[in-house]
Amino acid sequence: MLNFELDQEQKMLTDAIGRLANERMRKVSRDADEEGHIPPEVAQAGWDLGLLPTGIPEAYGGFGEYSVTTNVLAIEELAFGDLAIAAHILSPNNVAIPLLLCGTEAQKEAHLPLFCEGTMPHVTAAMQEPGLQYDARNLKTTAVLADNQYTLNGKKSLVPLADTAETFLIYANEDGRTQAFFVPADAAGLTVGEREKLMGLKALPTFTLTLDNVQVPVVNRLGGDAGIDIGLILNHSRVALGAAAVGLARAGFEYARDYAKQRIQFGEPIAHRQSIAFMLAEMAIDIDGARMMVWEATWLLDQGKDATKETAVMKHFADDMAVRVADQALQILGGYGYIREYPVELWLRNARGFVQWDGLVIV
Amino acid sequence: MISFEIPEKIKNQLTMTEMVAKQVMRPYSRHYDEHEHDRPKEFIEMMWPIMKQQNKAQVDRWKANGSASKKEGPNTAILGLILNIEMLSYGDAGQYLCIPTGGLGGAAVEAVGTTEQKIRFMSRFAEGDKPAWGAMAITEPDAGSDNSSMRTTAVLDAETNEWILNGEKIFITSGALALQESNDFCVVWATVDPAAGRKGIKSFVVEANTPGVSVSPGLDKLGIRASDTVVLSFQDARIPYDNLLGSAEVKEADTSKGFQGAMKTFDASRPAVAASAVGIARAALEFTKETLAAEGIAVDYTKPRHQLTAVERDLLEMEALWKTAWLLTLKATEAIMHGRGNRLEASMAKAHAGTAVTRITQKAVELLGPLGYSRETLAEKWMRDAKINDIYEGTRQINLLIVARAILGYSRRELK
Ligand SMILES: Cc1cc2nc3c(=O)[nH]c(=O)nc-3n(C[C@H](O)[C@H](O)[C@H](O)COP(=O)(O)OP(=O)(O)OC[C@H]3O[C@@H](n4cnc5c(N)ncnc54)[C@H](O)[C@@H]3O)c2cc1C
Repeated sequence: MLNFELDQEQKMLTDAIGRLANERMRKVSRDADEEGHIPPEVAQAGWDLGLLPTGIPEAYGGFGEYSVTTNVLAIEELAFGDLAIAAHILSPNNVAIPLLLCGTEAQKEAHLPLFCEGTMPHVTAAMQEPGLQYDARNLKTTAVLADNQYTLNGKKSLVPLADTAETFLIYANEDGRTQAFFVPADAAGLTVGEREKLMGLKALPTFTLTLDNVQVPVVNRLGGDAGIDIGLILNHSRVALGAAAVGLARAGFEYARDYAKQRIQFGEPIAHRQSIAFMLAEMAIDIDGARMMVWEATWLLDQGKDATKETAVMKHFADDMAVRVADQALQILGGYGYIREYPVELWLRNARGFVQWDGLVIV
Repeated sequence: MISFEIPEKIKNQLTMTEMVAKQVMRPYSRHYDEHEHDRPKEFIEMMWPIMKQQNKAQVDRWKANGSASKKEGPNTAILGLILNIEMLSYGDAGQYLCIPTGGLGGAAVEAVGTTEQKIRFMSRFAEGDKPAWGAMAITEPDAGSDNSSMRTTAVLDAETNEWILNGEKIFITSGALALQESNDFCVVWATVDPAAGRKGIKSFVVEANTPGVSVSPGLDKLGIRASDTVVLSFQDARIPYDNLLGSAEVKEADTSKGFQGAMKTFDASRPAVAASAVGIARAALEFTKETLAAEGIAVDYTKPRHQLTAVERDLLEMEALWKTAWLLTLKATEAIMHGRGNRLEASMAKAHAGTAVTRITQKAVELLGPLGYSRETLAEKWMRDAKINDIYEGTRQINLLIVARAILGYSRRELK
């Protein structure tokens, strides 16, 4: 039956993350962006929420079932706090969720317990590629099989936390299909490049990766003989990115709303003017519309149904929505919006990234 | 638990409605667009027995236990209504507005009337061989968006215990159907105390054939031409005392009746307008996609954004507008279903859907090229029909005002 209210557990979870967002993430957000450094204790506090283990079955050391809907509710709240810190806290998902979706029994048994421990595992995923023509379904990085070994060649970008990763999940093109491979950080031919210099998401260390004839045993291919369903993984990634866009936009909206009520010009709060108030109304509608599309897609995914079309339409909308709302928020702050002492310009820079991200920046 | 599931019963009902939309409404869409003041009799005849049956169930409930028998669980009737409105508007929005039932007038009686009044006024929609219509008149030539400044007066004649109505109402949907072409009624909003503002505004049931009530010829419109729109004039029109809905008292804090009552009917009727908008949008989107697909142009949902063609982008944007409009409509409906207030959600849905369908249909005409502009297909008609959704039941701007006040916690005075 049609219902858009969170259940009790989801409410408790989002409340808890909301507190983390307001009391911890927001407090360090600006400095983290300026210094390019996320305080480890804040990331740890996020990890301590135990979001991932709640989605991993007991057999693999977790204590629950993966609910895509609950996951995106959590992501919205984290991104409301700070997108870069959210991406850091969520970076293990980039490996764990594809593993849950497509891993063989043996792979799940081997790797999933790692995600149920008290410290964040040092794993990350590499899907995105540099250059204008990035297409997750048609990657330029190649995987060629010979003598029970895969040889990987190519370049990756936007790999979060690559400098400290011990294991990578690397996506490559094998005979026209996208597959994923577990590669240890010390594999010969795998080089972590310079830290990327980005417009936004500056607090999160991301790197390029070069693969020069990297040898990978055949058993390291995710999903074994069946391989992976890249469409499914992308759909899961897109709802996560969509939820993050919603969370970020909500941050901008709420900040601008509160600001507009206390900023006095011409003798009264600027929110008394329709041109400001209507912008806020449009922002609220934009945000709600995007959120509903995210939820509809997760509702389908939770039932094991295809959501390729839904996630494509949703992402197309949410990517633009985030920029539109962040921009309107900045406009409502006027000159102060342009000043780095205020958080809004940071949200605009972060928002602009969504259209570039498709695949595993945040799952 | 978040769920988008529609109950099986409603889905089955919708299959029927889809047949009506495609087989009874669409084939006559162009005809009634070009014969503006004809009535879509095929649709009306088809719908009357269905509406009668639905209304009878409701009237029987009122008869059975006085006020309302609160049913357990969510109110799925409202969901069924919204989904059916979407589907009928997908068929033809102008014809849908001619549906023989209480309409907005009936909604006002249900929202504000006593049980006795509900039974007295609503029974006609539940029985008889001839179709029946209800209309509702708030708008005046000089009081549109600012409807609380209405000037139509109702003065009590203590001797005869009648209300005497004077004034003019404009743009009244189904006004002629209700008052001239059948024996039904229009709920007219008028002030019993012009100095009292909103508090003085009351609603009155004006029956057909009331002396002093005149109905203008149908107005000529851009779209929804199958729908009947008239001006009503009242010159010393006398109506019985107990045709006043709710209380005659002019009270300070009048929350459920009077003007507030009128506004309350909007909480359900705004999602209904949004649903109607979404239905037109779906028709236009579907037709555009099918026509383009026949020419080998289709959206590839797996393509990355930077590889999309301009047409694919346009189509994705139209689809996103349509989808967000629909989901916000469902959100406003879901709140009613589960017994929560929905003023904010209803206005969000209405503001967004009205503009979304306007943009979608305008884009459809563009993408379809000469075919879009031609009166041989329905695209241009849908574009003309669509625009009304940005206007009635509160214009986009009025609904944005309501949304903005709600999110800012502002009163009418703080945000004008
Ligand atoms: C086909 C049709 C059917 C209708 N059916 C009915 C019916 O059955 N019953 C009924 O009572 N009415 C009906 N209406 C009337 C409809 O609800 C009004 O047209 C509508 O409320 C707008 O009023 P108006 O036309 O006087 O425009 P105005 O109020 O004069 O508005 C003109 C413009 O000014 C804007 N505006 C007005 N006030 C503000 C403000 N405070 N802030 C910002 N912008 C503002 C409006 O958004 C609009 O863009 C119908 C109208 C049409 C066209």
